[in-house]
Amino acid sequence: MKSKFWITLLGMVLFPMTSAWAADELNSGDTAWIIVSTALVMMMTPAGLALFYGGMSRYKNLLNTYAMTFCSYCLASIVWVVWGYSLSFGPDIGGLIGGLDQFLFSGIDVDSLSGTIPTSVFALFQMTFAGITVALVLGSVVDRVKFSFWLVFTVLWVTVVYTPVCHWAWGGGWMSQMGALDFAGGTVVHINAGVAGLVLCLVLGKRIGWGKEAMFPSSVTLTALGAALLWFGWFGFNAGSQLAADGLAGSAFLVTNTSAAMGAMTWMTAEWLADGKPSLLGIASGAVAGLVAITPAAGFVGVGASLIMGLVAGGLGFIFVAKIKHKLGYDDSLDAFGVHGICGIWGALATGLFANPAVNEAGAGLFYGNPRQVWIQLVSIVGTAAFSAVATFIVIMVTRVITGGIRIDKESEVEGLDNAFHGERGFEM
Amino acid sequence: MKKIEAIIKPFKLDDVKEALNEIGIQGMTISEVKGYGRQKGHKEIYRGAEYVVDFIPKIKIEIVIQSDWAEKVIETIKTSAATGKLGDGKIFVSEIQEAVRVRTGETGEEAI
Repeated sequence: MKSKFWITLLGMVLFPMTSAWAADELNSGDTAWIIVSTALVMMMTPAGLALFYGGMSRYKNLLNTYAMTFCSYCLASIVWVVWGYSLSFGPDIGGLIGGLDQFLFSGIDVDSLSGTIPTSVFALFQMTFAGITVALVLGSVVDRVKFSFWLVFTVLWVTVVYTPVCHWAWGGGWMSQMGALDFAGGTVVHINAGVAGLVLCLVLGKRIGWGKEAMFPSSVTLTALGAALLWFGWFGFNAGSQLAADGLAGSAFLVTNTSAAMGAMTWMTAEWLADGKPSLLGIASGAVAGLVAITPAAGFVGVGASLIMGLVAGGLGFIFVAKIKHKLGYDDSLDAFGVHGICGIWGALATGLFANPAVNEAGAGLFYGNPRQVWIQLVSIVGTAAFSAVATFIVIMVTRVITGGIRIDKESEVEGLDNAFHGERGFEM
Repeated sequence: MKKIEAIIKPFKLDDVKEALNEIGIQGMTISEVKGYGRQKGHKEIYRGAEYVVDFIPKIKIEIVIQSDWAEKVIETIKTSAATGKLGDGKIFVSEIQEAVRVRTGETGEEAI
């Protein structure tokens, strides 16, 4: 009797110290890290991507490209807090969507937690992903899109195309239920945006003079700077997706950098061999290709796999963008599909090959005795691509009615949007 | 009065300017121009999109001088601007009808 008393007392003293209780409490280390990660990912859109894309646009449209990117982030910010977060992460409806229970963050307050971090932080972190995903799409259609079309498209696309795929992968929807592995957004972000960009550029048509006129990038310097900022921010994108400041975040951090570096050096080498002159544009593009590829795999693979993934991404990106695209004859102006779509597909598939349960027990790929994972990844890739294509097409058609057209008039396109539409110049020279 | 227009390679500008200063030419106007002749353009490749750039940057020097100085100036420019390779440039001579100094109103050879 007496020993039972002492054991009970001991249990009452020791029990609160077990991790079972700690899991549902706010962890300041995790929270601080995710707040920082959110800021890092935020920077990727109005700074990283804006410069990356702006520098590759022709000078006469530099500001227009930048403005579309900047506004994408702003509009996604607003849409997200009103209905976007709820649709993505609200209580699951049929494996397809989250519903509107948390419209305008209803039911969520200062003390709400998502795991060990405040829900507000989690929600904003996720929002930065929505912002950059829609911004990526504009890369396919620079130099010729009506600004009003882009603004309306952004709002509708985030709502109708982004939130479902986000829900499927991360909000408890069918892809996660099936066991698809997507750590930081191979499907949700890159394949989604890449395919959407492809559809949009096919509907829109080529730029005037494409294939005949020289279309020089306004500044490879800005593009390289943008790529470096993207790389920096990507640490938040991938390592932050662990939603905790722990060993797996550290692992994701490490493989992210490795893949980026391999991607850059591979693209550089490929271009050097194929064209004789390795360009900074190629080096910067290769880094981004490596980063895209590692995104779905970051929290599932080890260093060895990241070296291979980055290498293949750099080579694949170069071949597709510099050699194959021109033969296919469509104008995906800044290669949203060529880099994000193609390398995103590679990354998602490679996750099914290289996922290592010793890194993250949640995932095992073909090389670790689970060939079925490749099939699961394939289903998630095709599902995302097919939905993105169809839903984006519908959004385009609806937006076109609202804004009275997609494309700017011919005079404006020849003159350049910075002057014709914005009334500004990129540089005073 | 004669006007000498010389199109030269940009990196030769300092050499030409100093040579002209040495023979007594104290002023000139230059502009940054583009052009090509027998020196062909070059190729630039951006993510596989290959562009041939025909027009090459050059510098145009314009000098207005007394007619009897023309030969000396042409010889000086020719020597200082030459590299022996394609694209060294050309020199053109034309007649000037009138010249005016803005500050004082002087005309003719007094103004140049």
